[in-house]
Amino acid sequence: MKAASFEYLRPKSVAEASVALGRKGMTTAAIAGGQSLVPMLNLRVAPIDLLVDISRLDDLKALAKTPDGVWIGALTTHATIEDGKAPDIFAGLMRRVAAQISYRAVRNHGTIGGSVALADPAADWPCCLIALDATVRVAGRNGVQMQSVAEFVRGPYETTLSTGDIIVGFDIPSPAASFRWGFAKVARKSGAFANSIAVVIEQGDDAPANVILGATGRRPLAMQNVANSLRDGSDADLRAAIAIDLALHAPDLDAYQTRLHTATILRAIREMKVQ
Amino acid sequence: MTAVSIEVNGTIVNADVEPRLSLADFLRERCGLTATHLGCEHGACGACTVTVDDKATRSCLSLAVMCTERSVVTLEGLRSDPTMEIIRRHFHESHALQCGFCTPGMLIMARDMLQRLPKPDANTVRHELSGHICRCTGYTGIVKAIVAAGQELGRLNPGSESI
Repeated sequence: MKAASFEYLRPKSVAEASVALGRKGMTTAAIAGGQSLVPMLNLRVAPIDLLVDISRLDDLKALAKTPDGVWIGALTTHATIEDGKAPDIFAGLMRRVAAQISYRAVRNHGTIGGSVALADPAADWPCCLIALDATVRVAGRNGVQMQSVAEFVRGPYETTLSTGDIIVGFDIPSPAASFRWGFAKVARKSGAFANSIAVVIEQGDDAPANVILGATGRRPLAMQNVANSLRDGSDADLRAAIAIDLALHAPDLDAYQTRLHTATILRAIREMKVQ
Repeated sequence: MTAVSIEVNGTIVNADVEPRLSLADFLRERCGLTATHLGCEHGACGACTVTVDDKATRSCLSLAVMCTERSVVTLEGLRSDPTMEIIRRHFHESHALQCGFCTPGMLIMARDMLQRLPKPDANTVRHELSGHICRCTGYTGIVKAIVAAGQELGRLNPGSESI
Protein backbone atom coordinates (compact mmCIF):
# COMPACT_ATOMS: atom_id res chain seq x y z
CA MET A 1 0.00 0.00 0.00
CA LYS A 2 0.95 3.65 -0.25
CA ALA A 3 1.14 6.06 2.66
CA ALA A 4 -1.63 8.60 3.20
CA SER A 5 -0.72 12.30 2.87
CA PHE A 6 1.28 14.02 5.56
CA GLU A 7 3.30 17.19 5.92
CA TYR A 8 7.07 17.05 6.15
CA LEU A 9 9.66 19.22 7.88
CA ARG A 10 13.44 18.91 8.14
CA PRO A 11 14.48 21.16 11.03
CA LYS A 12 18.07 22.35 11.37
CA SER A 13 18.45 21.71 15.10
CA VAL A 14 17.21 19.46 17.88
CA ALA A 15 15.46 22.44 19.50
CA GLU A 16 13.64 23.28 16.25
CA ALA A 17 12.67 19.62 15.80
CA SER A 18 11.31 19.50 19.34
CA VAL A 19 9.11 22.55 18.67
CA ALA A 20 7.85 21.02 15.40
CA LEU A 21 7.00 17.75 17.14
CA GLY A 22 4.97 19.66 19.70
CA ARG A 23 2.84 21.44 17.11
CA LYS A 24 -0.71 21.80 18.43
CA GLY A 25 -3.61 19.96 16.82
CA MET A 26 -1.40 17.61 14.79
CA THR A 27 -0.30 14.02 15.23
CA THR A 28 3.44 14.28 14.77
CA ALA A 29 6.26 11.75 14.55
CA ALA A 30 10.02 11.99 14.32
CA ILE A 31 11.61 9.96 11.52
CA ALA A 32 15.25 8.84 11.51
CA GLY A 33 15.90 5.63 9.55
CA GLY A 34 12.20 5.05 9.00
CA GLN A 35 12.60 1.29 8.81
CA SER A 36 9.70 0.69 11.20
CA LEU A 37 7.79 3.93 10.70
CA VAL A 38 7.60 3.87 6.88
CA PRO A 39 6.08 0.35 6.80
CA MET A 40 3.54 1.59 9.35
CA LEU A 41 2.82 4.61 7.14
CA ASN A 42 2.59 2.40 4.03
CA LEU A 43 0.17 0.06 5.80
CA ARG A 44 -1.71 3.11 7.10
CA VAL A 45 -1.61 1.92 10.71
CA ALA A 46 0.14 5.11 11.90
CA PRO A 47 -2.03 8.17 11.21
CA ILE A 48 0.57 10.95 11.05
CA ASP A 49 -0.16 14.57 10.08
CA LEU A 50 3.39 15.85 10.30
CA LEU A 51 6.64 13.95 9.85
CA VAL A 52 9.70 15.62 11.37
CA ASP A 53 12.91 14.42 9.72
CA ILE A 54 15.67 14.26 12.34
CA SER A 55 17.96 12.08 10.21
CA ARG A 56 20.46 14.85 9.42
CA LEU A 57 20.89 16.35 12.89
CA ASP A 58 24.60 16.06 13.66
CA ASP A 59 23.96 16.40 17.40
CA LEU A 60 22.41 12.93 17.31
CA LYS A 61 25.27 11.27 15.44
CA ALA A 62 28.18 11.38 17.89
CA LEU A 63 30.10 8.23 18.79
CA ALA A 64 32.72 8.48 21.51
CA LYS A 65 34.58 6.82 24.30
CA THR A 66 33.85 8.75 27.49
CA PRO A 67 35.65 8.68 30.87
CA ASP A 68 32.91 6.37 32.18
CA GLY A 69 32.16 4.25 29.14
CA VAL A 70 30.83 4.92 25.70
CA TRP A 71 28.42 7.36 24.07
CA ILE A 72 26.28 6.11 21.20
CA GLY A 73 24.33 8.83 19.36
CA ALA A 74 20.69 8.06 18.62
CA LEU A 75 21.20 8.12 14.84
CA THR A 76 23.85 5.39 14.92
CA THR A 77 22.69 2.68 12.52
CA HIS A 78 22.71 -1.03 13.25
CA ALA A 79 25.14 -1.49 10.33
CA THR A 80 27.58 1.03 11.84
CA ILE A 81 27.66 -1.01 15.04
CA GLU A 82 27.75 -4.32 13.12
CA ASP A 83 30.78 -3.14 11.15
CA GLY A 84 32.68 -2.21 14.33
CA LYS A 85 32.61 1.53 13.58
CA ALA A 86 31.27 2.32 17.05
CA PRO A 87 33.69 2.01 19.99
CA ASP A 88 33.40 -1.61 21.14
CA ILE A 89 34.09 -1.93 24.85
CA PHE A 90 31.73 -4.85 25.42
CA ALA A 91 33.79 -7.70 23.93
CA GLY A 92 31.72 -7.81 20.75
CA LEU A 93 28.24 -7.96 22.33
CA MET A 94 26.87 -4.91 20.53
CA ARG A 95 28.28 -6.02 17.16
CA ARG A 96 26.69 -9.43 17.59
CA VAL A 97 23.31 -7.96 18.51
CA ALA A 98 23.43 -5.46 15.63
CA ALA A 99 24.35 -8.09 13.02
CA GLN A 100 21.24 -10.13 13.81
CA ILE A 101 18.71 -7.33 13.40
CA SER A 102 16.53 -7.69 10.32
CA TYR A 103 18.42 -7.52 6.97
CA ARG A 104 21.47 -5.56 5.85
CA ALA A 105 19.46 -3.10 3.74
CA VAL A 106 17.37 -2.34 6.83
CA ARG A 107 20.39 -2.23 9.15
CA ASN A 108 21.96 0.39 6.85
CA HIS A 109 19.23 2.84 7.85
CA GLY A 110 17.55 1.66 11.05
CA THR A 111 18.91 3.44 14.13
CA ILE A 112 19.47 2.47 17.74
CA GLY A 113 17.51 5.53 18.90
CA GLY A 114 14.56 4.65 16.69
CA SER A 115 14.55 1.08 17.96
CA VAL A 116 14.40 2.20 21.60
CA ALA A 117 11.87 4.98 20.90
CA LEU A 118 9.48 2.52 19.24
CA ALA A 119 9.99 -0.03 22.05
CA ASP A 120 8.73 -2.93 20.00
CA PRO A 121 8.55 -5.82 22.48
CA ALA A 122 10.54 -8.01 20.05
CA ALA A 123 13.30 -5.44 19.44
CA ASP A 124 16.90 -6.24 20.33
CA TRP A 125 18.35 -2.92 21.52
CA PRO A 126 16.05 -2.36 24.51
CA CYS A 127 17.10 -5.79 25.89
CA CYS A 128 20.78 -5.22 25.19
CA LEU A 129 20.88 -1.67 26.59
CA ILE A 130 18.96 -2.62 29.73
CA ALA A 131 21.38 -5.54 30.27
CA LEU A 132 24.28 -3.07 29.92
CA ASP A 133 22.69 -0.64 32.45
CA ALA A 134 22.60 2.08 29.78
CA THR A 135 21.17 5.55 30.31
CA VAL A 136 19.18 7.40 27.65
CA ARG A 137 19.52 11.15 27.16
CA VAL A 138 16.33 12.86 25.96
CA ALA A 139 16.04 16.44 24.71
CA GLY A 140 12.67 18.11 24.90
CA ARG A 141 10.79 21.21 25.87
CA ASN A 142 12.00 20.82 29.45
CA GLY A 143 15.66 20.66 28.50
CA VAL A 144 17.80 17.53 28.55
CA GLN A 145 16.90 14.66 30.85
CA MET A 146 18.64 11.41 31.71
CA GLN A 147 16.94 8.17 32.58
CA SER A 148 17.95 4.51 32.74
CA VAL A 149 16.75 2.60 29.67
CA ALA A 150 15.15 0.12 32.09
CA GLU A 151 12.84 2.89 33.36
CA PHE A 152 12.47 4.52 29.96
CA VAL A 153 10.86 1.45 28.35
CA ARG A 154 7.57 1.09 30.16
CA GLY A 155 5.77 -1.51 28.11
CA PRO A 156 5.23 -2.75 24.57
CA TYR A 157 5.43 0.35 22.31
CA GLU A 158 5.37 2.50 25.44
CA THR A 159 8.13 4.75 26.75
CA THR A 160 8.36 7.83 28.95
CA LEU A 161 8.83 10.04 25.85
CA SER A 162 6.33 12.86 25.75
CA THR A 163 5.36 15.18 22.91
CA GLY A 164 8.36 17.10 21.60
CA ASP A 165 10.93 14.73 23.12
CA ILE A 166 13.83 13.39 21.04
CA ILE A 167 16.35 10.74 22.06
CA VAL A 168 19.84 12.22 21.77
CA GLY A 169 21.78 9.05 22.55
CA PHE A 170 22.90 6.52 25.11
CA ASP A 171 25.55 6.52 27.83
CA ILE A 172 26.72 2.99 28.46
CA PRO A 173 29.02 2.44 31.45
CA SER A 174 32.35 0.64 31.06
CA PRO A 175 32.19 -3.05 31.88
CA ALA A 176 34.24 -4.64 34.66
CA ALA A 177 37.43 -6.49 33.75
CA SER A 178 35.67 -9.83 34.26
CA PHE A 179 32.78 -8.90 31.93
CA ARG A 180 31.30 -11.86 30.05
CA TRP A 181 28.18 -11.99 27.92
CA GLY A 182 25.84 -14.41 26.18
CA PHE A 183 23.19 -13.63 23.59
CA ALA A 184 20.56 -15.93 22.11
CA LYS A 185 17.66 -15.18 19.83
CA VAL A 186 15.03 -17.37 18.22
CA ALA A 187 13.20 -16.20 15.10
CA ARG A 188 11.23 -18.24 12.59
CA LYS A 189 13.60 -17.09 9.86
CA SER A 190 16.81 -15.09 10.04
CA GLY A 191 15.96 -11.41 10.04
CA ALA A 192 12.35 -11.88 11.14
CA PHE A 193 11.11 -10.45 14.41
CA ALA A 194 12.22 -12.57 17.36
CA ASN A 195 10.06 -15.01 19.27
CA SER A 196 12.54 -14.91 22.14
CA ILE A 197 15.67 -12.90 23.00
CA ALA A 198 17.99 -13.38 25.96
CA VAL A 199 20.96 -11.25 26.97
CA VAL A 200 23.08 -12.47 29.90
CA ILE A 201 25.87 -10.44 31.49
CA GLU A 202 28.19 -11.39 34.35
CA GLN A 203 30.87 -9.13 35.87
CA GLY A 204 32.29 -11.21 38.74
CA ASP A 205 32.27 -9.48 42.14
CA ASP A 206 32.50 -6.06 40.51
CA ALA A 207 28.88 -5.60 39.49
CA PRO A 208 25.60 -7.49 39.63
CA ALA A 209 24.75 -9.98 36.87
CA ASN A 210 21.93 -9.17 34.48
CA VAL A 211 19.63 -11.60 32.69
CA ILE A 212 17.19 -9.83 30.37
CA LEU A 213 14.48 -11.65 28.44
CA GLY A 214 12.79 -10.03 25.45
CA ALA A 215 10.03 -10.81 22.94
CA THR A 216 7.53 -11.93 25.59
CA GLY A 217 4.99 -9.35 24.41
CA ARG A 218 5.86 -7.17 27.41
CA ARG A 219 8.68 -4.80 28.16
CA PRO A 220 12.06 -6.61 28.51
CA LEU A 221 11.99 -8.67 31.70
CA ALA A 222 14.77 -8.63 34.31
CA MET A 223 15.14 -12.27 35.40
CA GLN A 224 16.46 -11.56 38.89
CA ASN A 225 16.32 -15.11 40.28
CA VAL A 226 18.23 -16.39 37.26
CA ALA A 227 20.82 -13.64 37.66
CA ASN A 228 21.27 -14.61 41.34
CA SER A 229 21.80 -18.28 40.39
CA LEU A 230 24.20 -17.58 37.53
CA ARG A 231 27.48 -18.10 39.27
CA ASP A 232 26.95 -21.23 41.34
CA GLY A 233 23.66 -22.64 40.11
CA SER A 234 23.47 -26.08 38.50
CA ASP A 235 21.47 -26.60 35.34
CA ALA A 236 18.52 -27.70 37.52
CA ASP A 237 18.88 -24.59 39.72
CA LEU A 238 18.87 -22.36 36.64
CA ARG A 239 15.78 -24.06 35.23
CA ALA A 240 14.01 -23.64 38.58
CA ALA A 241 15.01 -19.97 38.71
CA ILE A 242 13.73 -19.41 35.16
CA ALA A 243 10.40 -21.01 36.12
CA ILE A 244 10.10 -18.72 39.15
CA ASP A 245 10.93 -15.57 37.17
CA LEU A 246 8.57 -16.48 34.32
CA ALA A 247 5.76 -17.20 36.79
CA LEU A 248 6.44 -13.86 38.42
CA HIS A 249 6.67 -11.65 35.32
CA ALA A 250 4.85 -13.53 32.55
CA PRO A 251 2.32 -15.90 34.14
CA ASP A 252 0.18 -16.24 31.00
CA LEU A 253 2.81 -17.84 28.74
CA ASP A 254 1.69 -21.11 27.16
CA ALA A 255 3.73 -24.33 27.30
CA TYR A 256 5.45 -23.65 23.98
CA GLN A 257 6.47 -20.10 24.89
CA THR A 258 7.68 -21.24 28.30
CA ARG A 259 9.93 -23.89 26.75
CA LEU A 260 11.12 -21.45 24.09
CA HIS A 261 12.11 -18.73 26.57
CA THR A 262 13.69 -21.29 28.91
CA ALA A 263 15.79 -22.65 26.05
CA THR A 264 16.85 -19.16 24.91
CA ILE A 265 18.01 -18.14 28.38
CA LEU A 266 19.92 -21.40 28.88
CA ARG A 267 21.52 -21.02 25.45
CA ALA A 268 22.68 -17.48 26.27
CA ILE A 269 24.07 -18.68 29.63
CA ARG A 270 25.94 -21.56 27.95
CA GLU A 271 27.40 -19.16 25.42
CA MET A 272 28.59 -16.87 28.21
CA LYS A 273 30.17 -19.71 30.19
CA VAL A 274 32.48 -20.70 27.34
CA GLN A 275 33.90 -17.15 27.06
CA MET B 1 4.96 19.53 -2.51
CA THR B 2 8.60 19.59 -1.53
CA ALA B 3 11.51 20.25 -3.88
CA VAL B 4 14.13 17.52 -4.05
CA SER B 5 17.41 17.17 -5.87
CA ILE B 6 18.48 13.54 -6.08
CA GLU B 7 21.40 12.10 -8.03
CA VAL B 8 20.05 9.07 -9.87
CA ASN B 9 22.58 6.88 -11.68
CA GLY B 10 24.96 9.82 -11.96
CA THR B 11 22.46 12.43 -13.15
CA ILE B 12 20.90 15.06 -10.90
CA VAL B 13 17.11 14.91 -10.96
CA ASN B 14 15.24 17.97 -9.66
CA ALA B 15 11.56 17.48 -8.89
CA ASP B 16 8.69 18.53 -6.66
CA VAL B 17 7.32 15.58 -4.76
CA GLU B 18 4.63 14.83 -2.23
CA PRO B 19 6.29 13.92 1.09
CA ARG B 20 4.55 10.56 1.05
CA LEU B 21 6.15 9.51 -2.27
CA SER B 22 8.48 6.56 -1.74
CA LEU B 23 11.88 6.48 -3.39
CA ALA B 24 10.69 3.38 -5.28
CA ASP B 25 7.72 5.22 -6.82
CA PHE B 26 9.96 8.22 -7.53
CA LEU B 27 12.37 6.00 -9.46
CA ARG B 28 9.70 4.09 -11.36
CA GLU B 29 7.20 6.81 -12.11
CA ARG B 30 9.23 10.02 -12.20
CA CYS B 31 12.48 8.64 -13.59
CA GLY B 32 11.06 5.78 -15.67
CA LEU B 33 13.51 3.36 -14.07
CA THR B 34 11.42 0.22 -13.85
CA ALA B 35 14.13 -2.31 -12.94
CA THR B 36 13.27 -1.46 -9.34
CA HIS B 37 10.32 -3.71 -8.55
CA LEU B 38 7.76 -3.28 -5.80
CA GLY B 39 6.61 -6.49 -4.17
CA CYS B 40 5.41 -5.98 -0.62
CA GLU B 41 5.92 -2.26 0.08
CA HIS B 42 6.76 -2.95 3.69
CA GLY B 43 10.36 -4.12 3.60
CA ALA B 44 9.84 -7.88 3.62
CA CYS B 45 10.51 -8.99 0.03
CA GLY B 46 13.66 -7.13 -1.05
CA ALA B 47 12.62 -6.65 -4.71
CA CYS B 48 12.94 -2.84 -4.48
CA THR B 49 16.53 -2.82 -3.17
CA VAL B 50 18.74 -0.04 -4.62
CA THR B 51 21.78 1.74 -3.21
CA VAL B 52 21.67 5.15 -1.53
CA ASP B 53 25.13 6.64 -0.96
CA ASP B 54 26.52 3.15 -1.76
CA LYS B 55 24.43 1.48 0.92
CA ALA B 56 21.90 -1.21 0.04
CA THR B 57 18.50 0.33 0.74
CA ARG B 58 14.87 -0.69 0.56
CA SER B 59 13.47 1.96 -1.77
CA CYS B 60 9.92 1.21 -0.56
CA LEU B 61 11.00 2.16 3.00
CA SER B 62 12.71 5.38 1.92
CA LEU B 63 10.85 8.58 1.24
CA ALA B 64 11.98 10.52 -1.82
CA VAL B 65 12.03 13.73 0.25
CA MET B 66 14.55 12.16 2.61
CA CYS B 67 16.88 11.28 -0.30
CA THR B 68 17.47 14.85 -1.42
CA GLU B 69 21.20 15.49 -2.02
CA ARG B 70 21.85 11.75 -1.84
CA SER B 71 23.18 9.54 -4.62
CA VAL B 72 20.90 6.70 -5.70
CA VAL B 73 21.98 3.84 -7.96
CA THR B 74 19.48 1.42 -9.48
CA LEU B 75 20.16 -1.71 -11.50
CA GLU B 76 20.04 0.39 -14.69
CA GLY B 77 23.02 2.35 -13.37
CA LEU B 78 25.09 -0.82 -12.98
CA ARG B 79 24.83 -1.97 -16.60
CA SER B 80 28.57 -1.62 -17.17
CA ASP B 81 29.73 -2.11 -13.58
CA PRO B 82 32.52 -4.73 -13.73
CA THR B 83 31.33 -6.58 -10.61
CA MET B 84 27.76 -6.62 -11.84
CA GLU B 85 28.84 -7.98 -15.24
CA ILE B 86 30.34 -11.00 -13.48
CA ILE B 87 27.33 -11.51 -11.19
CA ARG B 88 24.93 -11.19 -14.13
CA ARG B 89 26.83 -13.82 -16.18
CA HIS B 90 26.75 -16.27 -13.26
CA PHE B 91 23.01 -15.65 -12.76
CA HIS B 92 22.58 -16.58 -16.42
CA GLU B 93 24.81 -19.66 -16.26
CA SER B 94 23.38 -20.98 -12.97
CA HIS B 95 19.77 -20.44 -14.01
CA ALA B 96 19.33 -18.06 -11.07
CA LEU B 97 16.12 -16.50 -12.32
CA GLN B 98 12.85 -17.53 -13.82
CA CYS B 99 10.19 -14.82 -13.85
CA GLY B 100 12.73 -12.13 -12.96
CA PHE B 101 10.61 -10.18 -10.50
CA CYS B 102 13.01 -10.55 -7.55
CA THR B 103 16.14 -10.44 -9.72
CA PRO B 104 16.98 -6.69 -9.58
CA GLY B 105 16.96 -6.78 -5.77
CA MET B 106 18.90 -10.05 -5.75
CA LEU B 107 21.57 -8.59 -8.07
CA ILE B 108 21.98 -5.39 -6.02
CA MET B 109 22.22 -7.39 -2.80
CA ALA B 110 24.66 -9.85 -4.37
CA ARG B 111 26.96 -6.98 -5.33
CA ASP B 112 26.66 -5.40 -1.88
CA MET B 113 27.39 -8.76 -0.25
CA LEU B 114 30.46 -9.47 -2.40
CA GLN B 115 31.87 -6.03 -1.57
CA ARG B 116 31.54 -6.67 2.18
CA LEU B 117 32.19 -10.41 2.34
CA PRO B 118 34.60 -11.61 -0.34
CA LYS B 119 34.28 -15.25 -1.46
CA PRO B 120 31.26 -16.10 0.72
CA ASP B 121 30.27 -19.74 1.18
CA ALA B 122 26.75 -20.97 0.46
CA ASN B 123 25.63 -20.60 4.10
CA THR B 124 26.78 -16.98 4.24
CA VAL B 125 25.02 -16.22 0.95
CA ARG B 126 21.79 -17.79 2.22
CA HIS B 127 21.96 -15.77 5.43
CA GLU B 128 22.68 -12.53 3.57
CA LEU B 129 19.83 -13.19 1.13
CA SER B 130 17.30 -13.90 3.87
CA GLY B 131 15.67 -10.51 3.25
CA HIS B 132 14.94 -11.36 -0.39
CA ILE B 133 12.05 -13.54 -1.47
CA CYS B 134 12.02 -15.56 -4.71
CA ARG B 135 8.92 -17.58 -5.52
CA CYS B 136 10.30 -19.37 -8.61
CA THR B 137 13.76 -20.79 -8.17
CA GLY B 138 13.88 -22.27 -4.69
CA TYR B 139 17.05 -20.14 -4.30
CA THR B 140 19.48 -22.95 -5.26
CA GLY B 141 20.53 -21.33 -8.54
CA ILE B 142 20.81 -17.88 -6.96
CA VAL B 143 23.06 -19.11 -4.16
CA LYS B 144 25.19 -21.06 -6.66
CA ALA B 145 25.55 -18.00 -8.90
CA ILE B 146 26.65 -15.70 -6.07
CA VAL B 147 29.12 -18.22 -4.66
CA ALA B 148 30.61 -18.68 -8.16
CA ALA B 149 30.74 -14.91 -8.75
CA GLY B 150 32.53 -14.51 -5.41
CA GLN B 151 35.10 -17.12 -6.40
CA GLU B 152 35.70 -15.43 -9.76
CA LEU B 153 36.05 -12.00 -8.18
CA GLY B 154 38.45 -13.50 -5.63
CA ARG B 155 40.63 -14.85 -8.47
CA LEU B 156 40.57 -11.46 -10.20
CA ASN B 157 41.57 -9.64 -7.02
CA PRO B 158 43.95 -12.02 -5.24
CA GLY B 159 44.93 -10.83 -1.80
CA SER B 160 42.07 -8.38 -1.50
CA GLU B 161 40.24 -10.39 1.14
CA SER B 162 38.20 -7.34 1.99
CA ILE B 163 37.49 -4.79 -0.69
